[in-house]
Amino acid sequence: MSTAARAERVPRSRAAPHVRAVRALKPVVFLLSLLPLVLLVRGAFTDSLGANPIEALELRTGHWTLRFLLLTLAITPVRKLTGWSALIGWRRMLGLFTFLYATLHFITYAALDQALDFGLIVEDVAEHPYVTIGFATWLLLIPLAVTSTKGWVRRLGGKRWVALHRLVYVCAIGGSVHYLWAVKQDIRGPLLYMSILALLLGWRLVATRSSRRPAA
Amino acid sequence: MLLRTSPEHPIRSSEITPEAVYLNRRHFIGAAAGAATLATAAFLAPRILGRGSNGGNQSSAAAGAILPQDRRFKALGPDDPLTPYDKVTTYNNFYEFGTGKEDPSQNAGTLKTDPWSVQVDGEAGKPGRYALEDLLSPHKLEDRVYRLRCVEGWSMVIPWQGFPLRDLLRRVEPTSAARYVEFTTLHDVKQMPGQRFRVLDWPYVEGLRLDEAMHPLTILATGLYGRDLPNQNGAPLRLVVPWKYGFKSIKSIVRIRLTRDEPRTSWNLAAPQEYGFYANVNPQVDHPRWSQATERRLGGGLLAEIRRRPTLPFNGYAREVESLYSGMDLGRYY
Repeated sequence: MSTAARAERVPRSRAAPHVRAVRALKPVVFLLSLLPLVLLVRGAFTDSLGANPIEALELRTGHWTLRFLLLTLAITPVRKLTGWSALIGWRRMLGLFTFLYATLHFITYAALDQALDFGLIVEDVAEHPYVTIGFATWLLLIPLAVTSTKGWVRRLGGKRWVALHRLVYVCAIGGSVHYLWAVKQDIRGPLLYMSILALLLGWRLVATRSSRRPAA
Repeated sequence: MLLRTSPEHPIRSSEITPEAVYLNRRHFIGAAAGAATLATAAFLAPRILGRGSNGGNQSSAAAGAILPQDRRFKALGPDDPLTPYDKVTTYNNFYEFGTGKEDPSQNAGTLKTDPWSVQVDGEAGKPGRYALEDLLSPHKLEDRVYRLRCVEGWSMVIPWQGFPLRDLLRRVEPTSAARYVEFTTLHDVKQMPGQRFRVLDWPYVEGLRLDEAMHPLTILATGLYGRDLPNQNGAPLRLVVPWKYGFKSIKSIVRIRLTRDEPRTSWNLAAPQEYGFYANVNPQVDHPRWSQATERRLGGGLLAEIRRRPTLPFNGYAREVESLYSGMDLGRYY
C-alpha cells in the first residue's frame, strides 16, 4: 500500500505518461463499472431480462461480482509485469465495485428470490452448502469494504491492514466454489473463472518466492 | 411413504380440455367465453414492470402477448394462467443447443425436422422405422393444457397438442416381457451443436415404466399453442409427462424402445444422487442442493414472480397418478 500512496503523491507535472493516462481513465473505468448495473436496472424496468427475470438478475450480479473480483486481483500482477505502478489507484475502486455487485447479488437473492422470508433464508443458508459458502463470502467482503478507506489504513497500520486484506483470496476462492457448486451440469463457466483465478494466485506464489518478499 | 393429494388442490377435470371443446373451438372463438378466457390468460396476469405505455419498445410490446388465435386455449384456473408463447419458446433446457436458457431458441435453427423418422424396437410385436407422417396419421391430436415443473424450481402452464403415448404403444404391440419404455433424442452434432461438448453423455435418453407410459396423461406432443412445436421445444415429436420434472419429457425423439430392464437415463447417469429414474414432482423430497417445496411460476413479470407458490405432489396430478406408486418409498425412488 505504501507504493499506492507514493504513486498518488507524484506531482502532476513530473508524472510519467502512463501515470497521467491511468489517472485520466479512472473516471471512465468508474462509469464503465456502473454500466452493468444500469443495464440490469433498465432490463428490469423494460421486462427485457428474459422469461425468468429474477434468475437473470441473480446470475448476472453474481457474474459481475466474480469479474470485478478477478479484475481487482489482476491489478498487482499487471502493475508488476508492465511497470504501470499507478494502476494501484484503481484497485480500491474495483474492490468496492466487487462489493457493490456482491451486495446486489445478495439483495436479489434475499428480496426477490426468497421474498425476504427470513426463516426460509436462514434454512437455505444453513442447509445448502453452496448458499452457505456464498453467504459467508459476502460476509467476509464487508470488513474489506469498510476498511478500504485511507483512515482505516492509518488506524490499522500497514501490516495489519495488508494481513486483513489477504482475506480477498479467501473470498475469491469462496466465490468460485459457490459458482461451481451452484451450476447444474455445465461447469465450463466456473472452470474459466477458476483458471483465471489460479493464474492470478499462482503468479503471486511465484513472484513471492523468486523475490522473497510479499507481493500483495 | 404415502403421498396424499392435498384437498385444497384437487385436480379439476376441467384441467384436461375435452376433445369436444377442441373440436368445437371455432364456436368458442369470438364468443363471450373466449373473450373471458383471453382476459384471464393474458391480461389479469400482473405485469407490473415494463407493461407501461412505452409502446415504442417493440420487443416489450410483443413480450408476453397472446395472439388472437390462442384464445381457444384456456387457463387451468384463476391461479394457473397460460405462460405466454414467447416465454415458453425462449426459455428452454435443451442442452443439445447449448446450456443457457436462451441458447436453444437462438441455435435450434440447424435442426432439420423434415424428413423425420422414429425407430420403434425392443419388446414390440410390430417394430420398425416409422416415417413421422405414418407414425402420426392414425392419431387425432388433442389439446392438453398442463403444468410443467422444472427440477430447477420454475414452472409454466403450456397448451400442448398431441396424443396419448399409449395409443402408439398399443399399435406397436408390446410383448409380455416389456416393462419399460426407453426414448432417445437425435444425436447429430451437425444439427445439434451443443453435442460438441460432453455436458451429458449423448444421445439424451429418458425412460418410463410401462404403466407410466400407458397412463392417459402421458402424451407425445407435436405442437404447442396450436402451432408446430418450435425446434427449441423438441420438434417434431416430444414426450410430455406432466407429473414428473421437465427433464423426463424428452425432446426430438428418434427412437422408442420397449425394454425388460430400467433404461439408463441421461440425468440419472450424470448425477445419480440428484436425479432419480422416477423424478416425480415431490415437494417433500428436496434436490440435494435446493428445496423442491416451492416453485416460481414464470410469465407474470418480475414483481409477480417474487412470490413462490407451493409445489404440489405429482405437480397437482396426484389423484390421477399416485396409485401407480402405491407402496413405493418415494424418498428412495426419487
